[in-house]
Amino acid sequence: MSWNDILALLRISLHAMVPITLTAVGEIVGETAGLFNIGLEGTLLISAFAAAIAAGAAGPTVGLLVGMGIGAAIGLVFSIINTYWKGTQMVTGIGINLFAMGFVAFGLIKLGAPGFHAVPRAAQLAKWRTPMGAMSPLILVALILPFVVYWFLKRTRAGLILKAVGEAPEAADVAGIRVNRVRLLATTFGGLLAGLAGAYMSVAWMGLVTKEFSAGRGFIALATVVFSGLNPLLALLGGFIFGFFQGLAEWMKTLPSKPIPSQFVSMLPYIVTLLVVSGAIGRVRFPKALGEPYKRE
Amino acid sequence: MSDRTQPLSSRLLRGAHRTLTGLHPALESLLAGVVGLLVGAVLMYIWGYDPWRAYIALFRGAYGGSYEWASSIARGTPLVLTALTFSICLRAGMFNIGAEGQMYMGAIASVMIALFALPAGLHTIVGLVFAALAGAAWSLVPAFLKLTRGVHEVISTIMFNWIGRWFALYLAIYVLVDPARAEKTLSIPVGARFPILVRGTDLSYSVFLAVAVALVIYFVLWHTAVGYEVRAAGLNPTAARYGGIRNKRTMFLSFILGGMAAGLAGAAIVMGLPPTYAIFGGGAMPQLTNIGFDGMAVAMVGRNHPIGIILAALFFGGLNAGGRVMQFYGSNPVPLEMVRVVMGAIVLTMSIPELFRLFPAIKKQGERFVGFWRRAAQRSPRRSA
Repeated sequence: MSWNDILALLRISLHAMVPITLTAVGEIVGETAGLFNIGLEGTLLISAFAAAIAAGAAGPTVGLLVGMGIGAAIGLVFSIINTYWKGTQMVTGIGINLFAMGFVAFGLIKLGAPGFHAVPRAAQLAKWRTPMGAMSPLILVALILPFVVYWFLKRTRAGLILKAVGEAPEAADVAGIRVNRVRLLATTFGGLLAGLAGAYMSVAWMGLVTKEFSAGRGFIALATVVFSGLNPLLALLGGFIFGFFQGLAEWMKTLPSKPIPSQFVSMLPYIVTLLVVSGAIGRVRFPKALGEPYKRE
Repeated sequence: MSDRTQPLSSRLLRGAHRTLTGLHPALESLLAGVVGLLVGAVLMYIWGYDPWRAYIALFRGAYGGSYEWASSIARGTPLVLTALTFSICLRAGMFNIGAEGQMYMGAIASVMIALFALPAGLHTIVGLVFAALAGAAWSLVPAFLKLTRGVHEVISTIMFNWIGRWFALYLAIYVLVDPARAEKTLSIPVGARFPILVRGTDLSYSVFLAVAVALVIYFVLWHTAVGYEVRAAGLNPTAARYGGIRNKRTMFLSFILGGMAAGLAGAAIVMGLPPTYAIFGGGAMPQLTNIGFDGMAVAMVGRNHPIGIILAALFFGGLNAGGRVMQFYGSNPVPLEMVRVVMGAIVLTMSIPELFRLFPAIKKQGERFVGFWRRAAQRSPRRSA
């Protein structure tokens, strides 16, 4: 393994880290406020698809913005159902995932080649030239954002309100906080970050959309949230670990000699996710009111 | 005020029980179906299709005659089994979304019977046993991780779906491959296949397998002590534990039963669906993909009740069979994928509890809004006069 190989591996890992970390940080904000969104996988898919189309029409920046907007819209639908309408969060999430699988496959057929859409080179977000090779600017965003969110959750009044809504909605309500509105904002923000992650995948990283290309990243992000115990800084670490193994799998597939069949290499990220999560559980404590709709007595 | 002493997964589930056993369960499912079809129609309209013609083609293709009915039932057969997987575990208080992976393992295990010869009837039974065992084995690891390490089953089962998909694909491409045709696995021997029930269609005797499993599970859940324990543990684990129910045992049991049902779904597809009776590894297993996920939609619309599931599977099987007709109908045919969009919209709608009450509430808001404008309109001419 040469120095160049190590650099290439690190580069792929950092790129693979971005969507997981962004999605996980968004979900941490949502879960702190008490909503458990398993529709992240679907959010990633739809926003990646929408961003790819928008980028093809109006450039990469618009693509990223549209992806964020679509993600936020899905987060908003999820949170309206699960705050004001007292829905069942798991079922809504499953619904979003099913809808996304159908919608993106449908849209890809409509675009022409079934199951595949390439984003033109001009519509992709330009990568920065660094000593380590071409890097996407969004890596920087994914590296900085967890610190900002950490500061927001631990050091600001708004962060405290978010926590209060997740831990003791009744008490928060009595204190004059609009519980449902706070939850709505938190989950919409979570959807927005998932949308950015999806847009990054199609517009800034892979440069294509397929009907299965989110490949469980939404669920790996959920695993990262569990691993982190709702701490954004640990989500950065978790995102890097999972990104590294995805990167490793990608890198091993490019090797000229094939030591193991590619199917087993493809399993690697999922096995590692399971191992890490089963090692991490035990010390993790979730908000008391997570997963419950809030109802006034 | 709700009880916060319960573990996270059971709190997440409280809502599910309320949603899925509502006041007018059948009517709510029907309403969700209508809403889903409407969402599909709006999307088709936006993308430039004619939703009316598409739906006519779809429902004619699904229920237009005996051939259409037979192929709808054939598509619904595996869905009954994967839906049972989801709903047994939901009844026991867990979200097992691993039917997809367990179904892959069941399908690949049933292909293994092509490697040896046995008398006709016995061969079929051995294939089914293989499939059920493989599905159960694949669901045991998430159950074990949940019990010993507290890993939430949503995360572990989804990871196992992906691992199972790649593992099955590996076996299909390298181990069980047909030497004559590299794109598919070995075919199930003629003697071990489910015989065709209606000549000229792909409806086979596997439908009886699905209905029998549904009835057995209905009997176990509602007419045995073990089934009572499973349901009690799902409704309120804390109370069940005080009542002397061993929650760990019910958890394992429901995962095993669910895994067996999903494994049998794989077998029902491979051993009961003409023409090849094999898995296409080259095309990434198209006839298996998403059967597990679609089963979740069937389970929810069927209200997690075995009888409801059979009816819901008839509906979703009809959507799938009709969708196949729809995608070749007219000058601007609608792709089959539209069907899954409709399914997703239906499940989304199902997650809203007391759907019926939502409509009066929206109507009230609307009336208030209209009344406001009416009053404003009445006021303004008086002012000008």
